[in-house]
Amino acid sequence: MSVQAQAWTGRSIERVEDAALLTGRGRYIDDLGVATGTLHAAILRSPHAHAKIKAVRTEAAAALPGVTAVITGADVVGLTTSLPVGVRAPIKCWPIAVDSARYVGEPVAVVVARDRYRAEDALDLIEVDYQLLPAVVDPHDALDAGAQRLYESLSSNVASDRRFRYGDPQAAFAEAAHRIGIDVHYPRNSCTPLETYGIIASYDPGEDAYDILSGFQGPFSIHSVIARALKVPGNRLRLRTPPDSGGSFGIKQGVFPYLVLMGVAARVAGRPVKWIEDRLEHLTGSVSATNRVTRLEAAVDRDGRVRALAWDQIEDVGAHIRAPEPATLYRMHGNLTGAYDIRHMSVRNRVVVTNKTPTGLNRGFGGPQVYYALERLMQRIALELKLDPIDVIRRNLVPANAFPYRTASGALLDSGNYQQALEAALRDGDLAGLQARRDAARREGRLYGIGFAAVVEPSVSNMGYITTALTPEERAKAGPKNGAQATATISLDPLGTVSAHIASVPQGQGHRTVLAQVIADELGLKPSDIVVVAEMDTARDGWSIASGNYSSRFAAAVCGAAQLAAARLKSKLARIAAAQLNVGAEEIEFADGKVRARRNPDNAAPFGRLAATSHWAPATQPSDVDQAIRETAFWTPPELTAPTEADEINSSLCHGFIFDMCGLEIDRVTGAVRIDKYVTMHDCGRVLHPGMVAGQITGGFAHALGAALYEEYAYAPDGSFLAGTFADYLVPTSMEVPAPLILHIETPSPFTPLGAKGVGEGNCMSTPVCLANAVADALGIADIGLPLTPAKLAAATQNAEPPPPARTAAAMPAGKRRALHGAGEARVAAPPKAVWNALLDTRILASIIPGCHDVEQVSATHFRADVTLGVGPVKGRYRAEVKLEDLVSPRSATLIGSAVGALGSAVGKGSVRLAGDAAGTTIISYDYDAEIGGKAAAVGGRLLDGAARIVIRQFFEALARRVAGISKPAWRLWLERLLAQLGRRP
Amino acid sequence: MPRLSASDRCSVRFLLNGRSVAAEAEPRMLLTDFLRHSLGLTGTHVGCEHGVCGACTVQIDGKPARACLTLAVQVDGANVRTVEDLAPEPGRLSVLQEAFRRHHALQCGFCTAGILMSLDAYLKTNPEPSEPALREYLSGHLCRCTGYVPIIAAALDAAKRLREATAHA
Ligand code: FES
Ligand code: FES
Repeated sequence: MSVQAQAWTGRSIERVEDAALLTGRGRYIDDLGVATGTLHAAILRSPHAHAKIKAVRTEAAAALPGVTAVITGADVVGLTTSLPVGVRAPIKCWPIAVDSARYVGEPVAVVVARDRYRAEDALDLIEVDYQLLPAVVDPHDALDAGAQRLYESLSSNVASDRRFRYGDPQAAFAEAAHRIGIDVHYPRNSCTPLETYGIIASYDPGEDAYDILSGFQGPFSIHSVIARALKVPGNRLRLRTPPDSGGSFGIKQGVFPYLVLMGVAARVAGRPVKWIEDRLEHLTGSVSATNRVTRLEAAVDRDGRVRALAWDQIEDVGAHIRAPEPATLYRMHGNLTGAYDIRHMSVRNRVVVTNKTPTGLNRGFGGPQVYYALERLMQRIALELKLDPIDVIRRNLVPANAFPYRTASGALLDSGNYQQALEAALRDGDLAGLQARRDAARREGRLYGIGFAAVVEPSVSNMGYITTALTPEERAKAGPKNGAQATATISLDPLGTVSAHIASVPQGQGHRTVLAQVIADELGLKPSDIVVVAEMDTARDGWSIASGNYSSRFAAAVCGAAQLAAARLKSKLARIAAAQLNVGAEEIEFADGKVRARRNPDNAAPFGRLAATSHWAPATQPSDVDQAIRETAFWTPPELTAPTEADEINSSLCHGFIFDMCGLEIDRVTGAVRIDKYVTMHDCGRVLHPGMVAGQITGGFAHALGAALYEEYAYAPDGSFLAGTFADYLVPTSMEVPAPLILHIETPSPFTPLGAKGVGEGNCMSTPVCLANAVADALGIADIGLPLTPAKLAAATQNAEPPPPARTAAAMPAGKRRALHGAGEARVAAPPKAVWNALLDTRILASIIPGCHDVEQVSATHFRADVTLGVGPVKGRYRAEVKLEDLVSPRSATLIGSAVGALGSAVGKGSVRLAGDAAGTTIISYDYDAEIGGKAAAVGGRLLDGAARIVIRQFFEALARRVAGISKPAWRLWLERLLAQLGRRP
Repeated sequence: MPRLSASDRCSVRFLLNGRSVAAEAEPRMLLTDFLRHSLGLTGTHVGCEHGVCGACTVQIDGKPARACLTLAVQVDGANVRTVEDLAPEPGRLSVLQEAFRRHHALQCGFCTAGILMSLDAYLKTNPEPSEPALREYLSGHLCRCTGYVPIIAAALDAAKRLREATAHA
């Protein structure tokens, strides 16, 4: 396809999106008006990682004024079918816990009410009986034959186990001089867009049709998944997206189970239902990247040439295999050899389920996990063979004259010149300078390291790669899946102006601007002449299963489709113009808002007048033009074929190249990493908008930096989630992200209309391992795992920390379970006996326990209370049981308590001692140790500790007020009653 | 202290973007919900509702404040300014907003309102900020799209232009 004179494409013009976003006129989902009568949903979530649900009692919640409906697993099972699962395994996947809860944060019930505040009030009134089961948290443990199974229908926790062989890896390993391997535990993290999930769903019983507006970002293959789950034909499920999105990075693919859930909620409630996820819900229960355990080995010649790779990957997809998983594991399948020319490879891929949040799309999707292993391995090879790491990379890169290059596992690397990119990066990024800084730092005894990473960045996913998870026989049965249909529609209105409709669902990437550039160039207009409508509506727009915003497909595929549609319209307009201007159609050109004869530019018509012809005077059109009003182009590249019998798969259409290099220093005392310089060289084919490409690279770099140094979706051994706020899940701020030096070379893709490739995800693949290689270089250690937190690195730079004091150590439970300890003192202006009596009086307790609704006395020394407590953003109702032991009236007692609520559980022990002084004052001293699980554990130690201190202080302050205010006779009465209850005489 | 219940209504009178507003709110209603859903000013965003991300930042009596950690009733009698008040007139952008557009300092734009409100207040008292000072100041805001580099560049550029404008005035 010929590319026109490029007036606009390739320039960093200002974005059309920005004026609205900068003035507070964005239209994000929570900003949109809703239909009158729309209700609001809140979700009750499991505080336990693994439990059978014995009963859910919703009567009290349903009776709360303002509540319209309470939906549980049973309702969802009644109205839907299980979401399809991406492997052949006899398991079901529901959008809400049915019989069992399998991760902390799994929905258990949905309340639909007049407003969100009421809905959350009602959540507190739902009672769930859980029977706890052992939680499986670590993917290795999940493999154990004796491990607790997540699904009774599955014989183990392994949902898929496939082996692949390309070339002759066995022979290569047998012949090679060296066998060098590496083990990697890649942690969980997420790109956490700043806007959470949001949905507005409605159901029309007359037509049995759902209309659901949400921030869902595609791929729209999931439309079929949702329609099937909701048991309606495809044309009765209308999915729409709002005009603006507060970011996604893949994450908003994971909203789809909630589309089903809110569809059901709207159906049951008989009214439209709106749900906006909160941050705690998002971090705990939305979606996560996979964590993966990898053993990677290489057969290596003496000079560092890699002959073969052997991959063994255990992919942890969490509690469900949610569509499109196990895609994270297979997205990179074609390019498992990275940027290297390696002809022999074996792969074993296992997918395990564990009691953690289900996984899904996340920027980099599968790349970080693969390249962390591969590029750490390349560094190990250099170290073990005492070679320069750059030489090892050089020796193995795919030769520049080999493109398009077919990899061992079937990817077709479209274009590139890796050598040129590498040498340019070393030169322009000044490796020699970095090395000099490292030498100087080391002479001063500082810890300075240099890291490298070479990465192939795939983009425009083949919709068929996921089926590589199936055996060839299973695939044959299911029928071939392949391609990546992209689409765009361009319309001319009766005033001759141009609009475009796209199904690319932008999430902040400025699609509307870039498309206006592309279309303007094609039609000889200015970008400001074009209006691009990017909100999507499956009932009206052209779309297909590949539509959406993922796998960096926009520049390569969607822009190409738009150009194709514009070119078609243009060729029709040229024929109409030829008739009007009396020249041949091939003589017509489009420029400066005019359509004119190339050799006689004065023979011209304004674009707008010509473009209106089909509306106003279709009879004047040449007979070979049907209409020049609207063109919809679909484009899918022929290179994206289905997996072969031999499991070769061209998993992506385009393959960009990245070479990263960095120098960093580690503080010997704190273990903190300071990045001295970061260089990232990109070849993403033709650059359509340099400013936005820089934005994608810098943004991806910041995500990667967070994943490398700070972020982790951490779980306790019991499956409690430990990162439920942005104070626990630490994402980088402006203090942590340095400006990377961005370099480019351009080798246009021969397979895309504009020569562009994707660029949005590469640094998420290259940067974590580049930083890790630099840290390994600085510390001289082989085994390092992400995130590279100061605590971890300090452990490597210093002697082991001294053990904690004995008492705390004994009270501290194993592993990362949240523990609370505290001690304190309070003074009450009443004698010890009065205080003692008050502490044993249910009515007094009810009035002084913060947030207490009710205290019930089960026996003389056993109390039960309902309390509402807030810890940071986590406010919830708990049912507390307190037993008193070792009563020594009026001197001391031991309290053994537990609290269970929707937000989590706590068990603990405390002791209270009362001592009187001559002035009639009592000094109460107390201490406590408690273990916290569930949602409350997710909000983090600093909040919990603080909250516990406040609650206890409030309790004693209230006690002091209360007791001091009691007149003697009244408490003599209580005393007598109390002692009577205790079975003693005064 | 009076004991309030969730179903009470409190009257809240305050200055919002230069206009006086009188409205009612439940005692527990957050200022974010009040601004966005009761008063219809949706430019102020909610990213975390626990005071870390900064997306909800507004100016209360000239100082940046987290609207998600503020109850609606607390602004009774106060002067509140939101992102909707930054542009000098419809169709035009302020110097700071212009700089953000020029430097591509926003992508999804969800964090932007909060950052603009903080910077607007900061540049008034710190017309000549250094890059490290700006980085530290903005560390109370999370942006997941841009990597902050263009935001810092835009802030420095805006500061410079504002200084020039004052010098010429
Ligand atoms: S929403 Fe207020 S700080 Fe995040
Ligand atoms: S622009 Fe998206 S979070 Fe900052």
